[in-house]
Amino acid sequence: MWAFIHKLGSPKWFYGISAKLQPWFWAAAALLIVTGSLWGLAFAPADYQQGNSFRIIYVHVPAAFLAQSIFIAMAVSGLVFMVWKIKVADMAAAVMAPLGAAMTFVALFSGAVWGVPTWGTWWMWDARLTSMLILLFLYLGVIALRGAFTSRDSASRAASVLAMVGVINIPIIKYSVDWWYTLHQPASFTLTSRPAMPTEMWLPLVIMVLGFYCFFIALTLMRTRSEILRREANKHWVQELVAGQVVKVPAEEAR
Amino acid sequence: MAFDSFSEFLAMGGHAPYVWSAWGVTALLLLATVWHARAEQRQLIKGLKRRARRANSARGNAQ
Repeated sequence: MWAFIHKLGSPKWFYGISAKLQPWFWAAAALLIVTGSLWGLAFAPADYQQGNSFRIIYVHVPAAFLAQSIFIAMAVSGLVFMVWKIKVADMAAAVMAPLGAAMTFVALFSGAVWGVPTWGTWWMWDARLTSMLILLFLYLGVIALRGAFTSRDSASRAASVLAMVGVINIPIIKYSVDWWYTLHQPASFTLTSRPAMPTEMWLPLVIMVLGFYCFFIALTLMRTRSEILRREANKHWVQELVAGQVVKVPAEEAR
Repeated sequence: MAFDSFSEFLAMGGHAPYVWSAWGVTALLLLATVWHARAEQRQLIKGLKRRARRANSARGNAQ
């Protein structure tokens, strides 16, 4: 078990395994998102109350899922880094933050745009919307905090702590629709019961959600590999890896 | 198919500005993150290779 964790934590090992996994997640993400988009935009039936504006759900819900999941992933990575000093966990946490912020923005923006024809307003200071806005600020805070230190280790520890503390906002977002009276409707999906929507409406949504998760995994693998190269540039294995590719270049170019 | 024609699809039953702006911003941000990740990777590898070549030629001159 410990050997496995340490293997997993080795940047060199991670660099190799992620190269093999990455194409599968990109392919799955592309396939799922294209299928889900076509289905959701053109084939799913219009909502009997909202008409075609409900098609915003196919980007709004997956983005909101990711926004929250990425923050949890970032907090878990922060914990792993703090407890076991596994550097790859910190690298992953660092590269996740911008996508998390982007997805939070997408959830807020698509929600605001959806609110105009549906609620008659693009913004309300209700619990769900406000806690999502706080999530965006938490992401921006984590990103800014990382940039605010000259020492990488201090930056990593500060960002990990903020992610672990900020994760308390996630259950607040999740249960805000139950705890307070909000304009936002309660969850459309639960693990225990079938959704109230017809199959041809929710199936493309499930496909989109899965596609977004694959996209997140693929992008995180790709960017963690870059982060490994950046941080381990002076390590022997990286220089050997690069040297192996440079040797093939003719001597003329090398000058 | 939920629409009878392509123009009806574009019109989204009068909800075109809402549907297309929400989808457009999402698509744009997803594509931008992929583009950024690729640029970042290329730049890093280019920098590492340049460094390795410089080290190589320095070693060559020394011999």
